[in-house]
Amino acid sequence: MSLYYVQKLLYNLNRDARVRQRHADDFGDLLKEYDLSEEERRALVDGDIGLLYVMGVNGQILMHYAALLGYPWDDYIKSMREGLAKHGPVRHGLYLTTDGRGAV
Amino acid sequence: MPLVFAGVCSHAPGITGRAERADPELREDFYAAMRRLGGEIRAARPDALVIVAAEHFANFFMNNMPAYCMGMAERYEGPIEDPEWLGIAPRTYPGASALSRRLIERIMARIDLAYAEEWQFDHGIMVPLHFLLPEADLPVIPVNINCQGPPLTPLSRAYEFGRALREACDAVQERIAVVGTGGISHWPATPDSGKINEAWDRDFLDRWLANDHARLTAYTDAETWREAGQGGFEIRTFIAVAGAAEGAVGELYFYAPIPIFAVGCTVARLRI
Repeated sequence: MSLYYVQKLLYNLNRDARVRQRHADDFGDLLKEYDLSEEERRALVDGDIGLLYVMGVNGQILMHYAALLGYPWDDYIKSMREGLAKHGPVRHGLYLTTDGRGAV
Repeated sequence: MPLVFAGVCSHAPGITGRAERADPELREDFYAAMRRLGGEIRAARPDALVIVAAEHFANFFMNNMPAYCMGMAERYEGPIEDPEWLGIAPRTYPGASALSRRLIERIMARIDLAYAEEWQFDHGIMVPLHFLLPEADLPVIPVNINCQGPPLTPLSRAYEFGRALREACDAVQERIAVVGTGGISHWPATPDSGKINEAWDRDFLDRWLANDHARLTAYTDAETWREAGQGGFEIRTFIAVAGAAEGAVGELYFYAPIPIFAVGCTVARLRI
């Protein structure tokens, strides 16, 4: 279980412009520095916000990664809903859904 | 000098980042209440503003997570988020490092407080300061209470932190204002974003406005999570301000759920 390192990577991306540059230049090379499962690596490479949400990435970290990837707000919320439909309930952490309806 | 001001307000990023999507009348009433709080802070003639916030992995992560941390820097920059996303342009706020140090030393007598000489402000501080200190012309001292990565500090300790902060503020010569920022109930950054438990919020505010220590600290985290969402853990910042203004009761300037802002928008102060 390497959810911790998925979140650490996204934390570093969110707060450090140099890490964002490496993300833009060669994301695969950056990912080598983190102890990730194949599913986690694929979700990151694919920018799969729905799967990352279901894995249990803290929403406050994931929200900014979605913004970095260019997701408009409504699409970001929609991606999480699609992730739940495709992959099932959130597996870890506090950022579970309740009724999933929200404001958008 | 005795603490000169104590208040609280919301800090959700949608307040500025999705401003155009809110009901205009409600939004402007809320913004006016935020500016009123800012005006009252200035009227109290503080030498510094201590802002007690709950950050969101801008500076602190689970590799070394302090329960409580106070800034001790010369200056602070923000937002750490994309300025366009947040709707707030980058800016620098002056710190007060020597004053921070004296406060930290005092607080440490009662609370094991971490300190930080580097600190990038996220929306938890930038959104309130956007309204409260639009000119960035008052020294700011940030405080973080970990409300994101459990285990979290008990509510009784958050109140005790507030008491220690008050004792420290009262012991220094400078005039200090304190503002807590956070949500009450909310489910941010989930598919439920925009869900708000207004009844829970109003009950919490009744407890806060009465500065009722027993009732403010009676919640369990399991109850809060169930009834108020993971965003509800941020009541720790409001409870800390209540501790700093122990004995004072409050006045609610604004409360209204604004779903696109993802929180029940709140502005209030305690009359110390």
